[in-house]
Amino acid sequence: MSATAVAPRLRGLRARRLSLLAVLLAALLLAAALSITVGAKPVPLADAWHALTAPTGTDNDIVIRSLRVPRTALGVLAGIALGVAGALMQGHTRNPLADPGLLGVTQGAAFAMVTSIVVFGASNLLGYIWLGLAGALAASVAVFALGSVRGGPGGRAAGGGGPTPVTLALAGTAVSALLYALTSAVVLLDEQAMDVFRFWQSGSIAARGGAVVWQVLPFVLAGLALAAANAPGLNALSLGEDVARGLGQNIAMTRAVGVAAVTLLSGAAVAACGSLSFVGLVVPHLARPLSGTDHRWLLPYSGLIGAALLLLADVIGRVVAPPGELEVGVVLALIGAPFFVLLVRRRKPVRL
Amino acid sequence: MTALPVRVAGLSFRVRPRGVAVTLAGLAVLVLLMALNMRLGNISMSLGSVVTGVLDPASPDHFVVMELRLPRALAGALVGAALALSGAITQSVARNPLASPEILGVTTGASVAVVAGIVAAGNVYGGVSGLLSTLGVPALALLGGLTGAALVYALAWRRGLDGYRLVLVGIGVAAVFTNVKFWLLTIGDVDDTGRAMVWISGSLNARGWEHVTPVALALAVLVPATLLGARSLDALRFGDDTVTALGVRMNAARALMILAAVLLAAVATAAAGPIAFVALAAPQIALRLARTGRPPLLSSAVVGAVLTAGSDLLARTAFSPVELPVGVVTAVLGAPYLIHLIWRART
Repeated sequence: MSATAVAPRLRGLRARRLSLLAVLLAALLLAAALSITVGAKPVPLADAWHALTAPTGTDNDIVIRSLRVPRTALGVLAGIALGVAGALMQGHTRNPLADPGLLGVTQGAAFAMVTSIVVFGASNLLGYIWLGLAGALAASVAVFALGSVRGGPGGRAAGGGGPTPVTLALAGTAVSALLYALTSAVVLLDEQAMDVFRFWQSGSIAARGGAVVWQVLPFVLAGLALAAANAPGLNALSLGEDVARGLGQNIAMTRAVGVAAVTLLSGAAVAACGSLSFVGLVVPHLARPLSGTDHRWLLPYSGLIGAALLLLADVIGRVVAPPGELEVGVVLALIGAPFFVLLVRRRKPVRL
Repeated sequence: MTALPVRVAGLSFRVRPRGVAVTLAGLAVLVLLMALNMRLGNISMSLGSVVTGVLDPASPDHFVVMELRLPRALAGALVGAALALSGAITQSVARNPLASPEILGVTTGASVAVVAGIVAAGNVYGGVSGLLSTLGVPALALLGGLTGAALVYALAWRRGLDGYRLVLVGIGVAAVFTNVKFWLLTIGDVDDTGRAMVWISGSLNARGWEHVTPVALALAVLVPATLLGARSLDALRFGDDTVTALGVRMNAARALMILAAVLLAAVATAAAGPIAFVALAAPQIALRLARTGRPPLLSSAVVGAVLTAGSDLLARTAFSPVELPVGVVTAVLGAPYLIHLIWRART
């Protein structure tokens, strides 16, 4: 096929992808608007605008500025972070069962926080976000070091260095299971820790406050920058390590950048919101039929879908069980998973 | 020589000496661990009195050993074997080392049913020690497990069963079940939550013959059945097109093996709760010890039994007099060993 015949088709594809990106962005904005206006106290859109642009200290202004906006901002950050991290993780391990927690991040954060409750007698987890983040980073470094060991099934392709998909996934599972077991032991021996932990593990973006948003923002931004830099290399890697090496890729470097991005993104999200495994695991599978396998498009689609879904689920969780709320993680799974199963049934799945 | 052909009554098998050695060594370790476990209890016994207690009906220890301690030790070994075998089949069918009966909907379905039961009933039926725990919880677990598996299977079936679609549907259904479980844990009283957490972690505390018998029966029927079906698992390692071309009736073979995996996991979970990590780790450990291409069925079962029996021993002694649920310890023992095997395999 000549170059002149290919160019218009590529332009058409690009236009379609860009318009899809715009649609997803619009969906996210709509979800954010809902998240700011809907809740125990419904706020008209005009009042919300008033609170955002020229606050005068009315009740609605205070509700919006001190509660709804931080909550929405955290939802957007966490949704984007987990969606992108999940797509990266599945790309690097080439395993549809991979989620960002596979690097040990979730369980590392959980163990650090639960231990801090017992050691420091804390009654809530928010003061220990830094500890959670440190736990997430430590666990992920351990998994990466262990997964970088060459050998075992799938690891016999010699040379290069860097982790292979199978050893990385298995090492992550083993470390996660170990940390989860230690966390379970702590909460079973300490009832106060259990009382905090059971709410943490269902995941929530409520009542975190604006400070938390600013704490995690730098990590998410750094992670997104690394993810963007990682996308072309990941495309080459998905052709197989040998082909990628032949194309001039530094495989160990690509893997290291990818893992660093996943750690920063999911570490920040998990430390702030608790375990929201659904976003990282399922959202990439939702995005893949729209984007195809090109990670330069898959990553932004996953991020936007993740954030929009997280906000919508949070809004639904606020209104379904008045006067209480359902945790966002629970709503996400209850609404998102059936939709996901339907999607898997309807079309032939895009394989990794 | 890595494999010896054996022909019996028109059937031919390949026997790998290394696999046989792993299985036999595992059985020896298992017997030792069970004997050590049976020493523990309100009255500590010597190994000698445990052995005479089993063999000699006139021994003063006979009742304690046979009615209280042996059932618990056996329950651990059999449940571990059943979970590991189920995991080995699931990983072979899904062609994925991260797959476990969890994606078949069994353990997560059982967890939801039991947690709902415990949270709803509270102390009404006497909590952990009353009717609810001896009859209700295993029944709920069996019902929930089989319902979950049927749901996953029905949703994944679409003009045949695609291994990849099964995994994806399994993820979705497990996500629903897991989060419903989390939600149930947050609405309950914290005491109920604690009791539910013990069951979710998998516990062998106070298991008697009534827990052992169903698992033993399931293993007696399903181990020979799965060993006969092992050859179709070898074929299933290749892609779907290759399998069809090799003349394996793919859907039938896969459906039967998955049914076996579901039944094994459901019965094991009903007896001891969803003991974590055994189904995932034991096949991967056995695969590395026996050096085979896919998880070896019999060696996986033995490794699972050893892992669970050893974990129970540690769970009872580590924080004595507090007994941890066995499922908390399986990962503490199994994960470092799996990590060690991955580490050792470096070239």
